Amino acid sequence: MSGIFASMIDGLLIGAVYGLAAMGLSLIWGVMDVINLTHGATIALGMFGMYILFSAFPVNAYLLLIPIIAAGLLLGLLIYWISVHWVIDRPQLASLLSTFAVNMMIIGIGTAIWSTSPYNVNFTLPGITVGAYTFTGNHMAAAGAAVVIALALELFLYRTRMGKAIRAVADNREAAELMGISSTMVLALAFAIGISLAASSGALVSTLFPFTILSGASYQMKSFVVTVLAGLGRPFGALVAGVLLGLLEGAVTPFIAVSWIPLIEFGLFVVVLVLFPRGIFGRATA
Amino acid sequence: MKRLVLTIFVLATLFVTAGSAENLTIGFTVSKTGALNVDSLEQYRGFELWRDQVNAAGGIKAGGKNYKIQFVNYDDESNTKRVQQLYSRMILQDNADFLFSPYSSSLTATAAIVTEQYGKIMLTTGAAEGKTYTLGNHNLFQMFAPATEYFKGVLDALKTKDPKATVAFVYEDAAFSVAVVTPAKAYAQQLGLNVVFTEAYAPNTTDFSALIDKVISSKATVLLGGGHYADGSTLARQLYGHKVPLKMISLLVAPDSPQWGELGDAAIGVIVPSQWEPQTAFKAQYGPSGADFAKAYTAKYNAPPSYESAGGYASGLILQRAIEQAGGTDTAKVAAALNATDITTFYGRTKFSTAGNDHGLQIGHAMVLAQWQKDKSGLVKQVVWPVAAKSANLVYPIH
Repeated sequence: MSGIFASMIDGLLIGAVYGLAAMGLSLIWGVMDVINLTHGATIALGMFGMYILFSAFPVNAYLLLIPIIAAGLLLGLLIYWISVHWVIDRPQLASLLSTFAVNMMIIGIGTAIWSTSPYNVNFTLPGITVGAYTFTGNHMAAAGAAVVIALALELFLYRTRMGKAIRAVADNREAAELMGISSTMVLALAFAIGISLAASSGALVSTLFPFTILSGASYQMKSFVVTVLAGLGRPFGALVAGVLLGLLEGAVTPFIAVSWIPLIEFGLFVVVLVLFPRGIFGRATA
Repeated sequence: MKRLVLTIFVLATLFVTAGSAENLTIGFTVSKTGALNVDSLEQYRGFELWRDQVNAAGGIKAGGKNYKIQFVNYDDESNTKRVQQLYSRMILQDNADFLFSPYSSSLTATAAIVTEQYGKIMLTTGAAEGKTYTLGNHNLFQMFAPATEYFKGVLDALKTKDPKATVAFVYEDAAFSVAVVTPAKAYAQQLGLNVVFTEAYAPNTTDFSALIDKVISSKATVLLGGGHYADGSTLARQLYGHKVPLKMISLLVAPDSPQWGELGDAAIGVIVPSQWEPQTAFKAQYGPSGADFAKAYTAKYNAPPSYESAGGYASGLILQRAIEQAGGTDTAKVAAALNATDITTFYGRTKFSTAGNDHGLQIGHAMVLAQWQKDKSGLVKQVVWPVAAKSANLVYPIH
């Protein structure tokens, strides 16, 4: 196997986790028109959630995603009531600032509890070796879990009544309310799902790399790139865009220094914003 | 009346003969949080053990006075901006008499600007980069052997064991590791070793997959590099996870920490260039023996000392000796005593350059190589180079 294929497979595997992280941001942004700046902090909380649970129950780490998803939903409802509900009808800057404030609170509390020292989840699954290259079991399991969660969300949004309500509110909030949909409940649920997705992506990342309470920031930045690539309110598109971003990283790294990758990512961000302002998978009309 | 006069006489005599007790304040920052936390904490423990032992023995005795040591220290968060603020604060507000460096070359370079600006003596430890000493500083004294020395021993050993080895340098893009790798790469080529891959990674990198794929593609058989604990331990873990077929791995700093053993099988075989190991038996002309230091350290912290800990303790010893020789804490006299220092402690020889172009650079200290090996008791760190100082044979290849 040549180096570029190995690098692309590695990129594809981590790209699925980027995609899952971005799905939460994309859902909230698309449905509520809120740029959720607690996104990075909740990714970090997902990492520490996995660390705490795995320390207490050293079973297969990926089984612990279930309580983390549930805890993420509750945390999302809490953050919604603290920082979003009261400002949802005000200009976008208000929710931007209020979520930023909550972000700083989470990071402050997290730093007090865990400091900014790195932590690890010491769980390893056997990998697959092809020629000289080995693909770790954790990367494959994390990518698989990300795809399963993304498919579950897609099924929820397109196959359930509540999912339909979320899409209706995203399309036209006033019309949905006239049809008897409680927009407050739907918005709270959409926010909770978004936070839960962020937390679960953080939990997956924690099985791959060491992390600190500040680690969410870099995944938040990647989430912005992926969300813009996919187009707002296209959660499954975010997963696909995440995978594409990972593949791109994998394809270019054999030819350039790894430290140049952020430049390429954000260059792509600007290009997509200029050429495809609604994203690659965005709709032609609002 | 007679009794009162007698009492006053006895008290006055005691006061004069016992020497007056004064406090000596030493300032430094510790990376209690952030990426440098592990190594910095070990350095701090070295400072702390030295202070406690000196104070328990009555303090530093110089010029008829006993100086009790007190520390003023803050968390620099592994951040150069904090270092700049905090070293100014320790000098201006906390009135520190002397300073120890923070941990790492990057933070120390920043602290040195402040301490030189205020004409304060700073003993640097945990900071091997040599460039700082070429900037015309007068009050900066380096305890670590300079960065240029780090990979010399590894490359000499490699040349002996496998002159046809292919070498990859994968290192943190930070002052210290760049200062180590740049001369090491030239030295490898000078030895006739084939350097097939070189790439730096950003500090705080956690995903090494892409770099590891490149190392495999380069067909390197030896990997040298790393930076500090956080990135070095992650790199080793991922090299092991990806089953990279390397015959030798040598990483900077991280494998010296006792915590390295927690990596399990990923730790085995990894070599660290070390400023000091408990097995290195120097005959101390001043201060405790290596065995006594290691015993006291282990008793206090329930962990063996790393070379960062030894460097911290030795910094205290060298400052203590300079104050004793200077007969007090006058900066110019203590600086003169440090300039004249040429002494062997448990840590090895210490001598500072007094040349104009690299004043304060460490020119007396020599390094060893330590390798993590598995024996009956589990994972242990053995001195494997130079051959004259070895406690076990170098394991090569590791896979």
